[in-house]
Amino acid sequence: MDSLFHNLTRLAASGVLVLLAAILFSLIKGSMPAIHAFGFGFLISPDWDPVTDRFGALIPIVGTLVTSFIALLIAIPVSFGIALFLTELSPRLLRRPLGVAIELLAGIPSIIYGMWGLFVFAPLFADHIEPWLNDHIGPLPYIGPFFSGPPMGIGILTASIILAIMVIPFISAVMRDVFDVVPVMLKESAYGLGSTTWEVMMSIVLPYTKVGVVGGIMLGLGRALGETMAVTFVIGNAHELSKSLLNPGNSISSALANEFTEAVGDLYTASLVELGLILFFITFVVLSLARYMLYKLGQREGKVS
Amino acid sequence: MFDLYARRRLTNAIGLTVAILAMAFGLFWLCWILWTLLDHGLPALTLKVFAQMTPPPGSSGGLLNAIYGSLLMTVGGTLVGTPIGIMAGTYLAEYGHRGWLAPVTRFINDILLSAPSIVIGLFIYEVYVVQVKHFSGWAGTMALAIIVIPIVIRTTENMLRLIPSTLREAAAALGAPQWQIISFVTLRAARAGIITGVMLGIARISGETAPLLFTSLNNQFWNSNMNQPMANLPVVIFQFAMSPYADWQDLAWGGALLITASVLTLNILARVLFRQRASTH
Repeated sequence: MDSLFHNLTRLAASGVLVLLAAILFSLIKGSMPAIHAFGFGFLISPDWDPVTDRFGALIPIVGTLVTSFIALLIAIPVSFGIALFLTELSPRLLRRPLGVAIELLAGIPSIIYGMWGLFVFAPLFADHIEPWLNDHIGPLPYIGPFFSGPPMGIGILTASIILAIMVIPFISAVMRDVFDVVPVMLKESAYGLGSTTWEVMMSIVLPYTKVGVVGGIMLGLGRALGETMAVTFVIGNAHELSKSLLNPGNSISSALANEFTEAVGDLYTASLVELGLILFFITFVVLSLARYMLYKLGQREGKVS
Repeated sequence: MFDLYARRRLTNAIGLTVAILAMAFGLFWLCWILWTLLDHGLPALTLKVFAQMTPPPGSSGGLLNAIYGSLLMTVGGTLVGTPIGIMAGTYLAEYGHRGWLAPVTRFINDILLSAPSIVIGLFIYEVYVVQVKHFSGWAGTMALAIIVIPIVIRTTENMLRLIPSTLREAAAALGAPQWQIISFVTLRAARAGIITGVMLGIARISGETAPLLFTSLNNQFWNSNMNQPMANLPVVIFQFAMSPYADWQDLAWGGALLITASVLTLNILARVLFRQRASTH
């Protein structure tokens, strides 16, 4: 009985490994026709033409990376602010409800973000913000071209902003947790020497938790890369590579969501599956790095105490 | 001297103000989204939503078949995923002290926890839908189960680790074999936490859209045959919201409010439950 129980639980645990292997294997098998047809050129080809059966992953890959990158640019400072507020500033009474409120932001299903983005945010963005960007940032050298384009509301920039809102709760939750592991004694000695709260944050807490903070950011990046529904609603699903962030584009996940059930022909389907494989590979690497960093922080914490 | 102090105070004030603004920024989106949902969703939530099937464009109808399909697949996914997750989590917490399996599993599980859900849908499509050659409720259930498993594993392991080992030692001293210690002592003590994890898992999958797109697809009619394509709220919302018809969009808002309300309720309930149990121990 004892060994039966042991082996049963061990079987369930190894099921997780089998699952990962099965996902990898089935995706590779499914994308075989595309791998044979296009080889490594698939990664750098901007073609996407179901009629002539020529496919390339460049546009969705770029779209995924660009939206996630801009989302992080917005989300990192905001998350840091939220974590700082929750750990150092907030009155004790408000700390929990406010923390839960931010976590609820993570609980809202992504399709809701998509609908809200499409029907509420994008029209506002098109009417008020994009014309302003066009007029004021558009003429500037270097960064100007990124912000000039038709004010349609849907496009790369809108998708990035919505992604940012979605990853803020994940990043700020990790930041708050790692800020909490800083020994109180360290902080209090800094306060005792006359540091301001900001200085304690910048020169005591941040250096101490550096690895964990980066891990949290990577975790958020992993989320942003794989996010599907919210992006699908607002990115515009256009297979075009354009310099302007206001133009519609595409990401790996939204290409899958939009086209997969309608794809006809083996090569079309296989190309989409290969996109999925690429997405899985990218997120796998990012998330592995994130976990490794958080693990390292945990290890050091163990040594100190 | 004065300059230095003034500058430090100023930096501090600016930094802290920005932190407060960041907090307000986060809450602002939450309020805005919830307000939009209530504003658009409440008028659309009539009794018809719960009493009629999804309509063709232009005529009135409800979401009954979608609600039913969602419930069926969510319950199914939870029922399949939970036992596997609890067993694997138990292994990690109770047997995973040595050997290579536990650390590797823990690592992979943490990655699966935040793996893109659309890839899970793609995986089920490849291994199941392609083989049987049609979309089905079972496929959707499987995809949801795969999403639940990592969540349950994670919380089960964490909760079991919180159980003091004196409990295990006491049971062992009474001569209980290990399987009895685990199933009657530690798992029972960690019950509240594990239930919390399962509830969070349910909350997560009841809003998932991406993995259902390629697995259960959609169905315009009432269907309780799990072998057929099955309607479900998220995919119906997706389809209706992207459509140009005003009736459909209204229904989508109603469904969106319904999903969000249930997901957020589950989330809050799970936290309250866990905190109550945790404080009584």
